[in-house]
Amino acid sequence: MSVSVKDVEHIAKLARLRLTDDEKIEYTGQLNNILEYMEKLNELDTDNVSPLTHPMEKENVFREDIVKESLNRDKALKNAPKSNDEHFLVPRVIKGSGK
Amino acid sequence: MVSYSNFSEKLALIKSGRLTLSENVDFFLQKIRDNSDLNAYNFVFEDAAKKRALEVEAKIKSGNFGKLAGLVVAIKDVLSLKDNPLTCSSKILKDFEAVYTATAVQKLLDEDAIIIGKTNCDEFAMGSSNENSAFGPALNPVDKDYVPGGSSGGSAVAVAAGLCDVSLGTDTGGSIRQPASYCGIVGMKPTYGLVSRFGLTAFASSFDTIGPFANNVEDAELLLSVIAGFDENDSTSVEHQYTPDEKNLDEIVIGLPKEYFGEGTDEEVNKSLQEAISTLKNNGVKFKEISLPHTEYTIATYYILTTAEASSNLSRYDGARYGYRSENVADLAEMYENSRSEGFGDEVKRRIMLGTYVLSAGYYDAYYLKAQKVRRLIREDFDKAFEEVDFILTPTTPGTAFKLGENIDDPLKMYMLDIFTTSANLAGIPGISLPVKNVTGKMPVGLQLFGNRLSDAGLFAAAKQIFSLL
Repeated sequence: MSVSVKDVEHIAKLARLRLTDDEKIEYTGQLNNILEYMEKLNELDTDNVSPLTHPMEKENVFREDIVKESLNRDKALKNAPKSNDEHFLVPRVIKGSGK
Repeated sequence: MVSYSNFSEKLALIKSGRLTLSENVDFFLQKIRDNSDLNAYNFVFEDAAKKRALEVEAKIKSGNFGKLAGLVVAIKDVLSLKDNPLTCSSKILKDFEAVYTATAVQKLLDEDAIIIGKTNCDEFAMGSSNENSAFGPALNPVDKDYVPGGSSGGSAVAVAAGLCDVSLGTDTGGSIRQPASYCGIVGMKPTYGLVSRFGLTAFASSFDTIGPFANNVEDAELLLSVIAGFDENDSTSVEHQYTPDEKNLDEIVIGLPKEYFGEGTDEEVNKSLQEAISTLKNNGVKFKEISLPHTEYTIATYYILTTAEASSNLSRYDGARYGYRSENVADLAEMYENSRSEGFGDEVKRRIMLGTYVLSAGYYDAYYLKAQKVRRLIREDFDKAFEEVDFILTPTTPGTAFKLGENIDDPLKMYMLDIFTTSANLAGIPGISLPVKNVTGKMPVGLQLFGNRLSDAGLFAAAKQIFSLL
């Protein structure tokens, strides 16, 4: 499997990254290098191995469903790049003639 | 200032009045200023540390004080301390201030430790040299032309250069043990889940651990014993009580995995390890050759799984709720793209790209699922090995510290340097790096000891005795 510049553009779009033309070429070469090395795993027959998703394999960690103190609004907004006293502010999403 | 070689000596000096804590903190602050070229700290809490020194000193005098009273600690800048900066050495979190305190850090404060500052690291803990930092590289105090290792480079430098007593780092694939080895100090990665990750900025959540750096094994164990413990705020936290172990070296067998002493290991490291092993043998320590047959697959497995987890974890940096937002935004999509592209550094972007690729439609089974299966095989290697031996001894790294800039253009080469450390994170087991004498060169060499999951106390007991014999 080899990755083309076009593939890199697609991955960048999925990852919400904008790459310069130089970066696209650089990452294409590096990703190919790394992915080629990762092909090594195909030497192993893993048909009868179940995936390990977690080193301690804990399951179903529950807690009591009780309300506890959480971050208040002021604190939650403290690091916002743009906010009024109530909301995070972002560029308009729905374009149109609204006020 | 009167000197001490570990925390219990320090506490005795404070109690006897031969050392005042304020004088001690001033000494560290001056030394941090004198060694600013090492770039160990992103932030130094000068006023807070001085104030706290007075408070803790009064507590010690009153006889009612915590287990770490007077211990001066530096913490890696990926750990939250409320109302203080938390940058992860990234431009994307340049002005971020933590809104709560990490559980591990709170436990230090509860036991009267003094937090002197936050240390430099690779951006979001991604790197093996501390060169991927928005604050610039930290330098190895043994020789400033060399990297200190990473990603917890600043935490290792701060301890090795005497800019604090002990420090906390994080280890996702060797980020504590490798810099400890490169700087010639003790660094320990606990069993996954033993220390709560609450308040630790996530990189790869099924790998991330928090652990100590120190100049000696006793102080490292003390620090770990305080930060360990179940936390309801971390669903992967293990219900296990840390209890010190008294195990004697003559009751144990140590495994030597042949895959870790082969041609991939530099002569300098091999020779130094052999010398250390023969010293231990002469002191009656029993060794047995073992095999960890999937060792050659650890790097591929590790980098597929951790980049996948990272691409998911780092999707939260979108410029909307916190962190850097690009000035140049016409609409929402552009806000996401430009904020992330301008805010993340090169290595972080590369890992997000790689992780996004291995998780993307059509490649998920071939890379991500495959790697999860191999992860099980790697863990089984260790499970089998621990049926035969109590601990496993290896070099921490295949070579000693390299020069700044030497590997920066070849990411795969840099990844390969993690060959002996990533296995512990894949398997969830604890590992500790201890300094050993370099018999042919000048840069420090590290000996790594692995234990089985939740054998952390036994690992410390063995490490203490090994450290004293070497």
